[in-house]
Amino acid sequence: MSVLVNKNSKIIVQGITGKEGSFHAGQMIEYGTPVVGGVTPGKGGQEHLGVPVFNTVAQAVKEVAADTTIIFVPPPFAADAIMEASDAGIKIIICITEGIPVQDMVKVKSYIKDRDVRLVGPNCPGVITPGEAKVGIMPGFIHNPGKIGIVSRSGTLTYEAVDQVTKAGMGQSTCIGIGGDPIPGTTTKDAVEMLMNDPDTEGIVMIGEIGGSMEADAAKWVKEHGTKPVVGFIAGQTAPKGRTMGHAGAIVGGAEDTAEAKMKIMAECGIHVVESPAEIGKKMAEVLGK
Amino acid sequence: MNLHEYQAKELLEQYGVRIPMGITATNVDEAVAAFEKLQAETGTKFCVVKAQIHAGGRGKGGGVKVAKNMDELKEHAGNIIGMMLKTPQTPGGLEGAGKLVSTVLITEDSYLPEFDQCKEYYLSILMDRSTGKNVFIYSAEGGMDIEKVAEETPDLVFKEYIDPALGMQGFQARKIAFNLGMTGKAFKETSKFVMKLYKCFLGIDASLIEINPMMKNGHDEIIAVDSKISIDDNALYRHPSIAEMRDEKEEDPTEVEAKSFGLNYVNLDGNVGCMVNGAGLAMATMDIMKLSGGSPANFLDVGGTADAERVENAFKIILRDPEVKAILINIFGGIVRCDRVAQGVVDAYKNMGNINVPIIVRLQGTNADIAKTIIDESGLEVKSAILLQEAADKVKEVLGV
Repeated sequence: MSVLVNKNSKIIVQGITGKEGSFHAGQMIEYGTPVVGGVTPGKGGQEHLGVPVFNTVAQAVKEVAADTTIIFVPPPFAADAIMEASDAGIKIIICITEGIPVQDMVKVKSYIKDRDVRLVGPNCPGVITPGEAKVGIMPGFIHNPGKIGIVSRSGTLTYEAVDQVTKAGMGQSTCIGIGGDPIPGTTTKDAVEMLMNDPDTEGIVMIGEIGGSMEADAAKWVKEHGTKPVVGFIAGQTAPKGRTMGHAGAIVGGAEDTAEAKMKIMAECGIHVVESPAEIGKKMAEVLGK
Repeated sequence: MNLHEYQAKELLEQYGVRIPMGITATNVDEAVAAFEKLQAETGTKFCVVKAQIHAGGRGKGGGVKVAKNMDELKEHAGNIIGMMLKTPQTPGGLEGAGKLVSTVLITEDSYLPEFDQCKEYYLSILMDRSTGKNVFIYSAEGGMDIEKVAEETPDLVFKEYIDPALGMQGFQARKIAFNLGMTGKAFKETSKFVMKLYKCFLGIDASLIEINPMMKNGHDEIIAVDSKISIDDNALYRHPSIAEMRDEKEEDPTEVEAKSFGLNYVNLDGNVGCMVNGAGLAMATMDIMKLSGGSPANFLDVGGTADAERVENAFKIILRDPEVKAILINIFGGIVRCDRVAQGVVDAYKNMGNINVPIIVRLQGTNADIAKTIIDESGLEVKSAILLQEAADKVKEVLGV
């Protein structure tokens, strides 16, 4: 078991013929990910990387029974691409695109609210279930099939955590990069909840950063419903107030969204908080007695 | 992207929001001409001279003055233009160096002649992250620090969420006007005012519009006396005329330069420079420096293509800061191959000749072992590490803490 994606997913790539889309789709296929097609409006009927290209997502759903999509469409068209996928009946939408206008995401969030769909991202590294499906831009080789679920707002910091978990002798069930934007499709709490409910996940690593209240919300949920150990880290303990640190969502506004405040709430909710990012893997091994 | 007050007001005016008439000036002669024009066109007796910098609390630092006649105008304009204005929000606060004022806005005095009948309010629109909806935040306690009002008397601060699918409805505008205690003509004016303001918020892809104070004058007219607007950077591509309003003089020159190299850089006060790929890992690297007894001199995300040219540009920018006593390079290679980054570091180091601060390079991920060999065999004064903890220990070692 795992969450979101696995070897039975039927994955399409929106923007498969673009530079980014093409490169990463190639890497995904090489990893063994079940990619069944791609979508580029106007290029339907062609074949690219050995899979059929469709004009619309609806066609891809009809022809190859796609149920999952990964989006590499440029920012001005990405919100539209998400809504198209949802309208076509895709159940899992993973949006990699960085730089989507906030008001476009306000519309998207409202559009998908009552639909049976899960959006991950945007501005995220994607989702990987090691050994089964890599639906993102992460380096596949650092992952190992295993029982630790990882949730993170960042790309390379997630790889760091994955690498530490692997080096500590454990592997990952599913790693979910929820992204660094102010309006994420999947929140930290959503991702933690999914992993908590996954029978094959034994422990969860939750990596957050300054800005917003997602980690505090997740921590409160864990306190009420948690059944597995959670190790947490918050990046940005040294970030100054009022400056955006790379991610649009990483900005300290009030007293509640500093790293200190978040770490305190997490610790109070029973999460094993590490101060140093170098101790994530070690702490997980220690907590699980490995 | 932040706008100046006069730019914000230009945009508001385009959406029919009532603002005090104002004219910008960059020297005393222009200020005099502006005041004369305001007197001729509005009949205003007084005017307000307002420093145009990107920081709040301008009045506290002496950057906003009322002039009751031409002599006072000349005096105030002369004092404010060219001053280093210190406010609680400029770098270093009231004790810092302040920001250079190169432009002032001369506005009519909207409070006269019925000064005692004017009342001030607070009104802002922003995107609420927890709901993903746009929200009005407003209070009849205007002209004050709204955070303080919210903290001390939360009952006096109201919120109105806007449904993204439906947009702002008439009843919501009326609710805002009623909650602010408006009646009669002022009630109708307020409803129209907030409707126009929301149209503006969406139309310009603002991330914040703050009207503080919003004022009701003696004729029951509603006026945006002061305003602050921030625009969503991601949406600037569809507003080329607003993008041109960017005032790079208001930004840290090094940060502007870094951006031109494709680097995301934020200047900080510490003693260890860093160069990292990815924003989250960059913040985590800054944190680990602190735990090692140092403090970060900067945030620097080199992005996805950490080649020799970028690494060299990043070196140059970091080394410009005289406080930097060591540099930690932390790259997690995924798609980026570590050996190429390592070669980039070696080449950049050789090109630059004399780098006289110790450098610690931590490369992990794709081809990390080859990268370590490249660094170790380069003969340069560069320490390599593979684990994050090792890198942190080496920072500690070179700082001697």
